[in-house]
Parts: sequence; C-alpha cells; structure tokens
Amino acid sequence: MKLLVCVSKTPETTTKITFNGDQTALDTSGVQYIMNPYDEWYALVRALELKEALGAGTVTIINVGPAANDPVIRKGLAIGADEAVRIDKDGGSSLDVAQQIAAYAKENSFDMVFFGKETIDYNGSEVGAMTAELLDVPFVSFATKLEVEGNTATITRDIEGGEETLEVATPFALSAAKGLAEQRIPNMRGIMMAKRKPLNVVAAVETTNHTQVLSYDLPAEKSAVKLVDPEDMDELVRLLSEEAKVI
Amino acid sequence: MVLVFAESVNGTFKKAAFEAVTYGYQTAEVLGVACEAIVLGKAEDAGVLGKYGAAKVHQVADDSLNQLDGQVYAAVIAAAVEQLGAKVVILSHTSTGKSILGRLAARLNAGSVPAANAVPTNEGGVFAVRKPVYSGKAFANIAISSDIKLVSVTGNSIPPVEVAGEVAVSALDIAVPASRITVKEVSRMEGVTPLPEAELVVSAGRGMKGPENWGIIEALAEELGATTACSRPVSDVGWRPHHEHVGQTGIAIRPNLYIAAGISGAIQHLAGVNSSKTIVVINKDPEAPFFKAADYGVVGDLFDVVPRLTEAIRKHKQG
Ligand SMILES: Cc1cc2nc3c(=O)[nH]c(=O)nc-3n(C[C@H](O)[C@H](O)[C@H](O)COP(=O)(O)OP(=O)(O)OC[C@H]3O[C@@H](n4cnc5c(N)ncnc54)[C@H](O)[C@@H]3O)c2cc1C
Ligand SMILES: Nc1ncnc2c1ncn2[C@@H]1O[C@H](COP(=O)(O)O)[C@@H](O)[C@H]1O
Repeated sequence: MKLLVCVSKTPETTTKITFNGDQTALDTSGVQYIMNPYDEWYALVRALELKEALGAGTVTIINVGPAANDPVIRKGLAIGADEAVRIDKDGGSSLDVAQQIAAYAKENSFDMVFFGKETIDYNGSEVGAMTAELLDVPFVSFATKLEVEGNTATITRDIEGGEETLEVATPFALSAAKGLAEQRIPNMRGIMMAKRKPLNVVAAVETTNHTQVLSYDLPAEKSAVKLVDPEDMDELVRLLSEEAKVI
Repeated sequence: MVLVFAESVNGTFKKAAFEAVTYGYQTAEVLGVACEAIVLGKAEDAGVLGKYGAAKVHQVADDSLNQLDGQVYAAVIAAAVEQLGAKVVILSHTSTGKSILGRLAARLNAGSVPAANAVPTNEGGVFAVRKPVYSGKAFANIAISSDIKLVSVTGNSIPPVEVAGEVAVSALDIAVPASRITVKEVSRMEGVTPLPEAELVVSAGRGMKGPENWGIIEALAEELGATTACSRPVSDVGWRPHHEHVGQTGIAIRPNLYIAAGISGAIQHLAGVNSSKTIVVINKDPEAPFFKAADYGVVGDLFDVVPRLTEAIRKHKQG
C-alpha cells in the first residue's frame, strides 16, 4: 500500500497576527511555524498506523513550499514517515498547490492520499477536493474513522448535523478530522533517523494563478467588557434583549 | 449570471440555502446581472428560493442525488454552469459545500474563495471577496481573475432577506455520473440545531468539574432554545461528545449569542468562537483571558450564576 500524506506549514496557534506596512503580507518576524495540526496529528498518524497494521507499504509526505519548510517536513519524518517530497514553489493559490500535488501523485500512483481537514492559517478546506478532482478519484472529507481491508476502506465522516459511514475502493483521497488518530510525539530515535531519510526536492510544474490577496486587515478592537452583578441576572437578560438584541 | 447551489437535507432547505441565495442575489446586484439557483435531488417547494432573489430555479431531480457525493455533485453543477452560462457560482461554506467547492475549481479551472463573510465588490472591474483568515484573527481581501468565479459563504454572516415571490421550478437535463462511494449508514441528530447553524449557543469548559454537572448547562440551553458546545479538554476526556468541541481544532461557529461558562478563553478556543456577534462569559476568575473577548461578563461561581440566568430567562419569556 502506497500512502501519500499532504502536509502544510502554518504559524503556531498562539501567534499574534500582524501585517507589513502596506497590509499585503504577514509580518513574519518572530513567527514560529508548525506542521498544520490536522495533517500532523490525524492524517499522518493514521497513515502510519495503517502501514504498521499491514506490515508493508510506504508513507510519503509531500509539501509544496520553499526550502524554509524543511524543518517542518523533517518533523514528519521523525514521527515516522518513510520519505518526503518537497515541491519547490513559494506561494500560490490553493489550486496551484493542488495542481503540484496532483502532478506528483499521478506520476507515482498512490493508493490513498491524505489531507488535513483544513489549514489553520487560510482555513480554506479546498486543496483536498481540488487534488481529488484532478486525480479523478473519490474524496471523503472530514474522516473521523478509517478501516481498510484489502482494497476497500470503511470510513466514518462528519456531515451536516451528523455522521455517515461509507465504503470506497482504492485509489481515493480523504481529509482527516479530529478523532481519526491520536497525536504522536517524535522520540529521540525518530529524530535521529529522520536525518538519514530522503527529502527529495522536485521542480514545480507550470500553473496559472486565479486569485490574489489584495490586502489584509484586523478586526475592529472589541470595546471593553460590560460586567454584570452575578446576583442580578435579570439585568443580563435585559441587556441581551434590549441592547444586544440577541434574545 | 450568478448561480447559487441551494443545499437541501432530505429534501428540505436549511437556513444556509436561503443565506446563499440572498448572498447570490446581492452579488448579482453588484455585478448588474441576474441571480438563479440550482437544486440537486428531491426538494419540496424549491420555488421558495425565488423569495430570496432567485429569478429562476433549476432542479436536477435524479434520485441518486439524494445522497451527497462531492464528485458527482461537482460534475453536475459544472455541467449546469456550462449549460446555463453562469459566471459566478455561490455555495454555502458547510461540510457539503466544502466537498464541492474545490472540485468545481479544479474542474472549471476557476479561482475560488472559500468562507466569504461579505458580499463581493467589483470596483474598477476587480472582483474581490473578503474572508476571515488565521482562524478569525484577521481578514483577507482576495481578488478572483478567472472568467468563472467561485465563492462559498460562511453561515450566519449574511441574514436571509425576502425580496420577491416564489418562482416556477424548471427541470434541468443533465446526465448524473455513477457514484464511486457506497453509503452504509447516515445518522443525524434529531430535534437539535447543529452547532454550525445555531444562533444561540451555551458552552462550558473544565470549570464544570465533571460530566455529572452538565444538567445546569442543558437546562439553560433548553430555556433559550440554544445548542450546547464545549471546550476541547472537556471532549478529550469524554465529558462531552466530540461534535460539541468548538475552537481551532473543533468547529468554528458564529452564532448571535455565545455564552461560555467555566472556559478560560485560550486563544485556540477563541479561534472558533470570536466571530460570534455577542459573547457572554461566566467565570469566577476576573483575570480569565476570555473577558477580553467578551461583550458581557459575570465574575462569579457558575454553579450559582447559571441556574440564576436560566430562571431570569424563564421570567423574561413569560413577559
Ligand atoms: C494546537 C492546539 C489546538 C487547540 N485547539 C483547541 C480547540 O479547538 N478548542 C479549545 O477549546 N481548546 C483548544 N486547545 C486547548 C486550549 O489551549 C485550552 O487548553 C483549553 O481551551 C482550555 O479549556 P477550558 O477553558 O475548558 O479549561 P481551563 O483552561 O482549565 O479553564 C477553566 C476555567 O474555568 C474557570 N472556573 C473554574 N471553576 C469555576 C466555577 N466554579 N465557576 C466559574 N468559573 C470556574 C476557571 O477560572 C478557568 O478560567 C488547543 C490547544 C492547542 C495547543
Ligand atoms: N502547501 C501545501 N503543501 C502540501 N499540502 C498542503 C499544502 N497546503 C495545503 N495542503 C493540504 O491540504 C489540506 C487542506 O488545506 P486548505 O485547503 O488550505 O485548508 C491541508 O490540511 C494539507 O493536508
């Protein structure tokens, strides 16, 4: 079984977000980057578990990005991926990224392609479905359970107001939501071994960009909290009804 | 023309569908073009979409479309876009919409903006859409330059507005490809509004001490007609079901009212709730970071405050 896990890099979750002078790019000074939690905690770990259960196969991680992403990719190797691929491209839209991943995946035919539910910076939830369309394979979004027997997978996923269990044959793609696996912390041995595992840098294919960020802005400052006497909940109800008009 | 995909569940439209049509109608006004809607599978009285601004409603009523498969839906919607000559396609940013938007973008080789929270602008012919980024900590203004443009709209960001009357529904003849997934079982919560659609949410965290104490939260939610939510540690240890977990790694919501009891307000929690219109925080620690993000705060013991609030709401409802 050949498994491909798509991993992205995002600012650490507590990062204070500020932009450069003309508000067109993130001010990256002092920003710490991590692997996108959905990719690391759920997608990668479940792929590793499947490989371990089968006792065969490979787990490849892939990132579309610049050389500055290598430390994040190495962490994926330290957690247990067999090899890594970085498609050498800085920036680009979601469709760009999907086209890069699809080009590589087509050439190297994988049985399953794993994505995270969304990246926590752009919150797009797009790249998985895009890549699946380009590869012409089914895409199961927001998977919370995945079992594989032979070439059939049984997957439970979140849908509007509930969940659904379905069967799908390989090859397919899925996106991982919370519940699919438990986070793994890399150990010393994993970190040492990661240094010797291959990280192949692949040239990007030609793509066109259809979207462009014109500017960023920050939400208006919240006005100070209005404190209400804990003995007087009638007053809170009055404020919610007359001032905020939400009840 | 602006084409809106109006989602239905078991043949019934949810609020998200009316919001999407309203958003499509307002987008069409900005562009000076017409707004039409498309429905897939069975849908009772699809003509109602006319009220929210759809000049025409198209339906592909094939029974196989009653079950969602993003691959099939995208193929059908893409065919409709071509057949009808749509230039802008609007979807809801729901789990259904998310499994279609990316596929449509790849299929139509079109630029897309997911999770928009404001009507697009078209100044100087530049079609631009605003969306939250960095989990609600900022907004981006994104231009789409392709011939066909795709946008999905976040729930509760554009209130549905009635602008006209019902319209006739016309059948659209599109071949539906076979699905490659087999659905075995579907379970939906009955009787409660799912979190992403809820207008009122009552949420609680580790300050509750244990799962046995949740009765007061449920009583408050019931009195308000609200949906319950929780912080991540609470669902991690199994005090509450996973689907209630809100925040960066859970669900992001934007209700009209979010009441948080015994939640400290960690940045990862705020990431999922900071777009709520009104936030009420109940915490015994006046230094809890959540107060900085709150509109109204109550410093006190939740075990006293929550039942008192429930009682006050009961009185208020009786007038
Ligand atoms: C990568 C990452 C992702 C994360 N994602 C999420 C996420 O999606 N959602 C999320 O919620 N968290 C998330 N977290 C965890 C987050 O950082 C916090 O640890 C968590 O939100 C804290 O939950 P809590 O507020 O319930 O508990 P605590 O932080 O323990 O707060 C409990 C609060 O209850 C108050 N309290 C106690 N007793 C009472 C009483 N009797 N009356 C009134 N108040 C009382 C206390 O003063 C305290 O403020 C994430 C963390 C990381 C690192
Ligand atoms: N630059 C990238 N390189 C590799 N995978 C990516 C990249 N960006 C996004 N992904 C994958 O696509 C998923 C969804 O991303 P998004 O559509 O941006 O929310 C992520 O969780 C990753 O699995």
